[in-house]
Amino acid sequence: MVSKTTGAFIDMQQVTKRYAGVVALDDVDFTVMPGEIVCLAGENGSGKSTLIKILAGIEHASAGEIYINGISHKKLNPRVSSAAGVMVIFQDFSLFPNLSVAENISFSTQLREQRRIFNSTYAKNLARKALERIDVDIPLDAPVESLPVAHKQLVGICRALACDARLIIMDEPTTALTEREVRSLLDIIRRLKSDGVAVVFVSHKLAEVMEVSDRVVVLRNGKKVADGPASDFDAASLTRHMTGRDVIEAQPSPLAADAKELLVVKNLNKTGVLTNINFNLKAGEVLGLTGLLGSGRTSLAKAMFGLTKADSGTLTLDSKKIALGDPVATAHAGIGYVPEDRLTEGLFLTQSIVRNVAIGRLDRHQKNGFLNINNLISEATDWLKRLKVKTSNIEAPVKSLSGGNQQRVSLARWLARSPKVLILNGPSVGVDVGSKAEIHDLIRDLAQSGIGIIMISDDLPELLATCQRILVMRSGEIVDEIDSKSTNEEQLSHRLAS
Amino acid sequence: MKNHNNSNILESPEFRMAIIAISVFVLMSLLSPERFLSSQNIISMAFQFPEFAILALAMTIVMLTGGIDLSVVGISNFTAVVAAIILTQFASPDMSLQASILWYGGAIFAALILGAVCGYTNGILVAYLGLPPILATLGSGLVFTGFAVALTGGSAVMGFPEVVAWLGNERLLGIPVPLIIFIVLAFGLHILLSRTSFGLKITMYGANPLAAFFAAIDINRMLIKVYVVSGMLSAIAGLVIMSRANSAKADYGSSYLLLAILIAVLGGVNPYGGYGKIIGVVLAVLSMQFLSSGLNMLQVSNFARELIWGSLLIIVMIINSTNWIKQKKNAIKPIKSS
Repeated sequence: MVSKTTGAFIDMQQVTKRYAGVVALDDVDFTVMPGEIVCLAGENGSGKSTLIKILAGIEHASAGEIYINGISHKKLNPRVSSAAGVMVIFQDFSLFPNLSVAENISFSTQLREQRRIFNSTYAKNLARKALERIDVDIPLDAPVESLPVAHKQLVGICRALACDARLIIMDEPTTALTEREVRSLLDIIRRLKSDGVAVVFVSHKLAEVMEVSDRVVVLRNGKKVADGPASDFDAASLTRHMTGRDVIEAQPSPLAADAKELLVVKNLNKTGVLTNINFNLKAGEVLGLTGLLGSGRTSLAKAMFGLTKADSGTLTLDSKKIALGDPVATAHAGIGYVPEDRLTEGLFLTQSIVRNVAIGRLDRHQKNGFLNINNLISEATDWLKRLKVKTSNIEAPVKSLSGGNQQRVSLARWLARSPKVLILNGPSVGVDVGSKAEIHDLIRDLAQSGIGIIMISDDLPELLATCQRILVMRSGEIVDEIDSKSTNEEQLSHRLAS
Repeated sequence: MKNHNNSNILESPEFRMAIIAISVFVLMSLLSPERFLSSQNIISMAFQFPEFAILALAMTIVMLTGGIDLSVVGISNFTAVVAAIILTQFASPDMSLQASILWYGGAIFAALILGAVCGYTNGILVAYLGLPPILATLGSGLVFTGFAVALTGGSAVMGFPEVVAWLGNERLLGIPVPLIIFIVLAFGLHILLSRTSFGLKITMYGANPLAAFFAAIDINRMLIKVYVVSGMLSAIAGLVIMSRANSAKADYGSSYLLLAILIAVLGGVNPYGGYGKIIGVVLAVLSMQFLSSGLNMLQVSNFARELIWGSLLIIVMIINSTNWIKQKKNAIKPIKSS
């Protein structure tokens, strides 16, 4: 029953996905030929994830047809998809950290064969065969949590191979890899291709994987906007397709020569996480902090804000020492932290927009044991207006807002406390292109007003557009300090991943 | 600052509860009009429900944080036993009124302090030692009950001055004193939850503990205060029970734990935390009392009553859980990629 017209392994036709009024995918056609390597590109929120979730059977399409290997599937579920040979390796790899390499690789296969009893010899044979296919050597008995990131990814690939994958979809496969590791990943991909296994890369950073790709598909706002041989694209045309325009970012505003020292971090150490962190931040400065996934950027932010306790070191704000490991005291001293993951760490999703802002100011508006609710609300409303949060009803739950507006709510909470230093972790993750530029404007304005900003991001154009100085981290250490005027995206990317 | 989870009033759990309360009342009135609607029955209901209703308030404040307090009955009995021992040791039935009031006041004070200490212990276990509330309070509840047994040898403590009976059996301006106590506590808790920084923090913490941590809320102090409030409310319930029974014993009110949880959940408190209103809990209390005295009049056995309560708890949870699960799902949707 192979569909004669195309011979495609995956053939999705006019697939549409709606979430409660929001169209995440709009009439998208997507095909993958056997053994083909496809880049699926798009900005955050373009619908890439939705597309692969539909293929993996996690979400169901609202309309459209899906053929896998020529067979029409009305409703996919994860079992059907994997039985058909479609395997997704998500960014976190979805491995069991406490189990061994062999157990992880053989897990799905043994489940699928409905073995009631785990057979460890069989598991090791399966794992060995899969590892041989990609010609790598990882100890079979090692617990997965002890492996470096690149090896975890390989275990994920082997698990897919052990299940006879015909298509491996890799979600942002390079975000945590050094340049050398990316090289060896590409070699493995070539090997898979010659084996007849198709690969789909899902990414918003494509330069690295372009050379092995056969075809590029670009999504924007849920629509397919480009589809063609990889040789037709270059970095500039890709960006244009992804963003829909030539985004011209403003430059970071220059730092006043007499800017005073605001924050000094000295010898911050935390065993196994941070080593000898030293840097300072001036009033009005935007300091970039970047590094690969797992380089310790977020750990440093958490240690500075007191969410985790550093073993040693000092944090001095305006020449006053701040106690380590105490977020309440740190916030009180004038440091704010807007976390990376808005939905679980940043916001109280089911609570109202205004409460999400007011939460930082409750104690200030309490008098004689009672809250002055009117003052509290009017202050929060004022901040929502200043940050241009678009909403008709500030009593609506914050989850009803778009990503960009949610980020503004997170910012408003801290700005209401008039902080001296703001640590922003991935401030434009999951925010659409238009809002992103507005958030960058906002960050530059805040710095102009004298707040010191530490901006953690792996979005290099974003760092270059907002920061005067960029620190690069690797394995918990600051390894590089770059003046953003003297570098460009390419150089920065190289220094980051070398 | 209303919570708009249930923006439509007709869909709110409080509205649903009001319908249930009225339905049960009407149903019981129809089934046994002369007896259920008699003033005697109405008054006896007003004396009966405050003791477990106060325990339900204690349960509610803890559930709002996403926790649970299984030690409420243990604290009630422990504190009541201590108060009873103070009274029997130092006061006697033939004492002068002033002296017995003084000793009664002292006993009440001691019970409240002890309730706070018990709650503080729970708070330390949950906040600083990070134990799951359900296990921490299961354990501590057994310990408190154990202390009460050790103090009394398992038998009832009795022989109080007459003044002790006032709290549970008399009326003030025609209103039963226990009912007045309950109204004051319920109103106070409502104000605490909706008009103070502490109350809003409780709700926000219940909605997302991790976000509360990242928002630099002093979580540990807040949790300890929550359990202290719960412990003191339990102690007050214990004093009401002691007055009504004119004695204190280590195993009084053993069915009240299930009842308190049932009422809180029935009243719309989300056991995952973050949502709940006192008015809903009050309506749930009334429904349970109507149901319970109705069943009594229809001569349904006590065992059947527990069966009905247990089933009711599960049914209400099933009805509400579709809502809760939806909220949970939304809360953990990942942010990255796409």
